Amino acid sequence: MAPLALRLTRRLALTLFVLWGAATLAFAGMRLVPGDPARIIAGGVQANATPEVLDAIRDQYGLREPVGVQYVLFLGRLLRADLGGSYQLGRPVSSVIGEQLGPTLSLAAGAAVLGFCLAVALALLTAGRPRVRAISRVLEFCSISTPNFWIGILLLAAFSFRLRWFPVLGDEGAAALVLPCAALALPIAGVLAQVTREGLERALDQPFALTARSRGATENRIRARHALRHAALPVLTLSGWVLGELLAGTVVVETVFARQGLGHVVVAAVRGRDFPVVTGVVVLSALTFSLINIGLDLLYGLVDPRVREAAA
Amino acid sequence: MTEPPLLEVAGLSVDFATRRGVVRAVRDVDLSLRAGECLAVVGESGSGKSVTARALLGLAGAGARVRARTLSFEGRDLRRLSGREWRRLRGRRIGYVLQDALTSLDPLRRVGHEVAEALEVHGLAGRDDLDDQVIGLLAEAGVPDPDVRFLQYPHELSGGLRQRALIASAIAARPSLLIADEPTTALDVTVQAQVLDLLRARARAGTAVLLISHDLAVVARLADHVAVLYAGLVVERGPADALLRAPAHPYTADLLAAVPAVDGPARELPLARTGPPAAGGCPYAPRCALADDRCRAEPPPPVPYGPGREVRCFHAGRERPAPASGAAAPPRVKDHAVVSVRGITKRYRSPGGSWRTAVDDVSFDLRAGEALGLVGESGSGKSTTARIVLAEIAPDAGTVLLDGEAWSAPRERARRARRSRIQLVDQDPLSSFDPRFTVERVVGEAVPGRMPRRLRRDRVAGLLAEVGLDDALLDRRPAQLSGGQRQRVAIARALAPGPEVIVCDEPVSALDVTVQAQILALLARLRREAGVALLFISHDLGVVRQVCDRVAVMKDGALVETGDVADVFRAPRAAYTAELLAAVPRIDVGRTAGRAAPAMNLEGLP
Repeated sequence: MAPLALRLTRRLALTLFVLWGAATLAFAGMRLVPGDPARIIAGGVQANATPEVLDAIRDQYGLREPVGVQYVLFLGRLLRADLGGSYQLGRPVSSVIGEQLGPTLSLAAGAAVLGFCLAVALALLTAGRPRVRAISRVLEFCSISTPNFWIGILLLAAFSFRLRWFPVLGDEGAAALVLPCAALALPIAGVLAQVTREGLERALDQPFALTARSRGATENRIRARHALRHAALPVLTLSGWVLGELLAGTVVVETVFARQGLGHVVVAAVRGRDFPVVTGVVVLSALTFSLINIGLDLLYGLVDPRVREAAA
Repeated sequence: MTEPPLLEVAGLSVDFATRRGVVRAVRDVDLSLRAGECLAVVGESGSGKSVTARALLGLAGAGARVRARTLSFEGRDLRRLSGREWRRLRGRRIGYVLQDALTSLDPLRRVGHEVAEALEVHGLAGRDDLDDQVIGLLAEAGVPDPDVRFLQYPHELSGGLRQRALIASAIAARPSLLIADEPTTALDVTVQAQVLDLLRARARAGTAVLLISHDLAVVARLADHVAVLYAGLVVERGPADALLRAPAHPYTADLLAAVPAVDGPARELPLARTGPPAAGGCPYAPRCALADDRCRAEPPPPVPYGPGREVRCFHAGRERPAPASGAAAPPRVKDHAVVSVRGITKRYRSPGGSWRTAVDDVSFDLRAGEALGLVGESGSGKSTTARIVLAEIAPDAGTVLLDGEAWSAPRERARRARRSRIQLVDQDPLSSFDPRFTVERVVGEAVPGRMPRRLRRDRVAGLLAEVGLDDALLDRRPAQLSGGQRQRVAIARALAPGPEVIVCDEPVSALDVTVQAQILALLARLRREAGVALLFISHDLGVVRQVCDRVAVMKDGALVETGDVADVFRAPRAAYTAELLAAVPRIDVGRTAGRAAPAMNLEGLP
């Protein structure tokens, strides 16, 4: 088999393993939490469901079976991509997630693009230039050390309440996406800018940069055509971290900006112990994580030809 | 000849402002170079030769202050150029070849892109003929299969091909001046000869070549004129022929004497003195055998010395007193073998999945107190053999015996007690020292047994004295040592457990010739006094000739010839040995610059 295909097969097998692990952990987590699932499905302790109703629920959801059997049934459904129905919302989990995926995806993707672009621009402009680098460093440290929600509140105060450039709440149109994206992107941009700049500076110190200068190349050309690619390697390594940051950040940012989205759904589901929804989101996150990491793995080879052979 | 020189430099000085004050890297340097000529700037590391080259490209660095009375190229005053004008000059009129093409070509870009860059930057090629031009340039630089190579990455090419590609990129825009900074330093002799021929062909075609090198043998092969640089000062310059045959400055003479010769009998290498350049007076005075009070008080001005020659010395051309060579009793070589290598073979899986035989059925004996040289080109299996002898890796077949006992076969636990008997000295000791350790700790670690710190410190000081180092160095860290000092510390560390065998893997390859001569003399002395056997791995045949009693020649993992070093070098039996010997650049056979290297078959190169 071709080395690339072999590698991909191996990675996909690993992805299945990760998904199984994530689902199992979610299952165990929800079972370990004290409380009667039937009561939760019935609407919580406050709902005061009659014993007959609870019994009916237990029968319907198979809660009388031993935990092992429940686990096997759960995995069986998962294999058929059946995430089940939400306890609280009374609708299939897949449709709940499907509805909320759009806003979250656009928020996360927007933040990722903004974060990367900001970081690269900042790094390209400040690498090897001590004075602007010092200023940029201060800004980066500020953005790294400030929590998302506080950045969000500051942005709202400045751009929505005072300047009235952007809407305060909601998710109508592109304008409403700008501030949440910025709030999510700034801490990421801070870290990435530092890593990118360090990579650039290291590359600009290498003999091949001197060779490029000796060919008459302009400084901008050397940065963009030579050094940036070298700086991309450590940034790729950090991309997995960025993804985690985005997932965690959306929960907070969606709350601050009162946006629709998966973050919102997860918070409500965990609080209400809506097991199928939590499992669904966990499995989806694990899947995205794995797929993006496979993509990054392939990107490594694209950026660095030396990796291509070593990995084979 | 009324035509003005292509390059005219007078009174060039380059200063660097550092935290500890101004460093005068280049002082009052005069150079001139005509089209079709080759001028070599020679000196040891830190002499300012690379800074000089970069100053001519306007790339001396951010902290550099460049001054000159005259700095003209093609009739233009380089001192007045703007940044944009410099960029138009670089690559277009002046090409620059750096040493070690693995790091000088961008490892993430295809070779073709790198060669094309100069053409793109200067707008010399359209999109449709760019590839054809690049392929043509690679072919011109002697790269076989250029249409395949230009799509490959630098790490996929051999060292020689990389260097050729780098030269192709430097000559892409047809510059009238080519600056080559140590273009052959990392290359095998046969490949080195080919690259030098390529540069000479450029000079024949009318390009002026400025060669920067520490290697006088390379210079002798290529240069028409030579400028010898010491501590940023041109101490001697003149026609290569006359200067190399009869050096006038003591430094030039010391440099020439330190070059180990392949031909003729082994000789005790003169022990050049060491010391940093002096601040006042002649900078070479602390190391010079002729220095007197006048040399130490006032700097000698450049004075004419024969046709076209100039020397900065009060004692130009005077015979130096013969260096005191200690009456060298020949080392005692005993008959029994300390290390017996019996038919070892090692194979590696290559990335493509096929097997490559790195070491192929190699057998030899290293007798007690003997120095055995292991020579061959890179990739010939020398270093793998050394690692098997050190029992760092296990052979796939065959065995190694140490003192007649099994050495390669048993488990590491059984070997550990005997590890102290065989020690290693590496090419680059800096990477084998912990940078946070002091010299005392680096060497002290290797001193066997438990003892109080004071006692250990004394033992280390004793070892340092044995390798000619002062105990003031005990508290230094590796980065604070010079290359020669580091190698001495490495040898002291190897000596610490009192070994029977020291494996030296290219121990002097990274050193200046004068320092190299000192380390070789030190190794010779230690053999005599401590009776240590040496397994001496080197690609430098001259060094092997000086140090070793016997030599084993390796090619493609197999031994092609073994024998007494004098016999093998005088009358090699294997064709490959003869080929290697013919490719070695020589200084002392009159003028060799006109002689072409033996034709090499390029087809089989990777």
